[in-house]
Amino acid sequence: MSTTNQGSSAAPAPAVDEALPDLDTGRSGGRALRNNAATVLVWLAFLIALIPLVWILWIVVSKGWHSVASMTWWQKDQSGALPPGFDTNIRGARHAIVGTVEIGLITSLIAIPIAVMTAIYLVEYGRSGGRTNARIARVVSFMVDILSGIPSIVAALFVFAVWVTTLQQQLVPICVALALTMLMIPVVTRSTEEMLKLVPNELREASYALGVPKWKTVVRVVLPTAISGIITGALLGLARVLGETAPWLFLTTYFQYLTYNPAASAGIASLPTLIYNQSGNISSPISADRVWGGALTLILLVLAINLLGRLIGRLTRVKR
Amino acid sequence: MGKRIDVKDLNVFYGDFKAVEDVTMTIEPRSITAFIGPSGCGKSTFLRTLNRMHEVIPGGRVEGSVRLDDQDLYAPGVDAVGVRRTVGMVFQRPNPFPTMSIRDNVTAGLRLNGVKGKKLLEEKTEQSLRGANLWNEVKDRLGKPGAGLSGGQQQRLCIARAIAVEPQVLLMDEPCSALDPISTLAIEDLVTELKDRYTIVIVTHNMQQASRVSDKTAFFNLAATGKPGRLIEMNDTQKIFNNPEVSATEDYISGRFG
Repeated sequence: MSTTNQGSSAAPAPAVDEALPDLDTGRSGGRALRNNAATVLVWLAFLIALIPLVWILWIVVSKGWHSVASMTWWQKDQSGALPPGFDTNIRGARHAIVGTVEIGLITSLIAIPIAVMTAIYLVEYGRSGGRTNARIARVVSFMVDILSGIPSIVAALFVFAVWVTTLQQQLVPICVALALTMLMIPVVTRSTEEMLKLVPNELREASYALGVPKWKTVVRVVLPTAISGIITGALLGLARVLGETAPWLFLTTYFQYLTYNPAASAGIASLPTLIYNQSGNISSPISADRVWGGALTLILLVLAINLLGRLIGRLTRVKR
Repeated sequence: MGKRIDVKDLNVFYGDFKAVEDVTMTIEPRSITAFIGPSGCGKSTFLRTLNRMHEVIPGGRVEGSVRLDDQDLYAPGVDAVGVRRTVGMVFQRPNPFPTMSIRDNVTAGLRLNGVKGKKLLEEKTEQSLRGANLWNEVKDRLGKPGAGLSGGQQQRLCIARAIAVEPQVLLMDEPCSALDPISTLAIEDLVTELKDRYTIVIVTHNMQQASRVSDKTAFFNLAATGKPGRLIEMNDTQKIFNNPEVSATEDYISGRFG
């Protein structure tokens, strides 16, 4: 074969064969350098982001584990606790765990149905329901955005204003649930919305084409298809609001005895307010143990709800 | 079973955009009618107006009339949901309900419309799956998810689901375009069998398929992009493919454009 096609006039040069040796197989020095620099940078950013997370976990676990490891922590409340400096027992956090879980459940009961139905409206009716619906959906969507930006203290203030100032009622622990509801609704609405959007339109059309009305299509076809993601999102939303502190401080009193009554006028304990209540005396070892024990318990609780959400999500996922 | 469809001066709009213009045609009962034409010519849009599925798309509306035997589908007081129970539809991509078993997929239309009774549903399942030539392949795994079947089987499952509600008319929107040739053949055989009981309208991009299965063929075309689609010619399939009256039809069929 001729080396170039300049010399041979008629025979078509095997261009591919000729081109291969000239193929640029090596990396240019400058590009390799930039590639390495970027890799190092990305790793560095990742490690820096990891530092506070590991640090927090390390401190909370190392300072709190011996409180949490004892059974009394889970079984007893703080009844009998003496003023700091005079007390020698850590006692337990059961009252705070019960309060947090109970108010969390009430919050979920109110927030999840509202959030899921809002998301259904936005996705199923707002997107395909004509101009009026589209307009309303835009407004609702905007409101959800605003709601998700509301600080928890403002939500608490709002509940206080409605409950105490306008309705002239006495504050009860349920008020906390109402404030947390306002914080939970936007989170769950957004996650449910995303899950509903993932349901292929073809399934809705298949259902319509069988003569199934729209509402039944939503309830029997769309929701079952998306339920796994909706549950996961709802539990993540719950985990997100359980650590809120401002509504507890504002709307209820820290009560150091175990109570299951969400309407108790004496107030109710929670893990955040247990921590807050004890943090004033953190220089005393007993209070410090309670603070770090409470913090670790809260982290464990949120972690447990997270894992539960993922587990339920996996179990209810559509199988192939 | 199987009803005649009479379409008169039908215009279809999406919002202000006129998608299909001035279609008038008659579809004979218990026959197979194929719609052919280039992409975007409005044949799928027109097909959807035959069971009011175009209303699912925001802004979709029609002018003109579609009559099923003597009943106007667009008369005031006629419910789109009811129309769709009479005129079933099979889509381009197989779309079995992923949360349901094969059995539940077949009876979905019945169950979601309030039909109860285990025995009745059991009978319907077998009858519809036999009708869709799928019974022998799935009878041992009716409880398994419908999404686990092959593409061709899924499409036949969708056909079984559509015929389980006993429609008069079956609309098929490119039912084979996502399938391999063997599955396509199975669907074509099935369509030919179903003709005895249902009026079938099938949209296809596959000219051979139109000539193999259909009795009548309608050719749709559009003057230019952005212009509404029109019915150019409709006649016996033999005539359309051998001796069309309009030159555009011949150009399209012989592959000179499109």
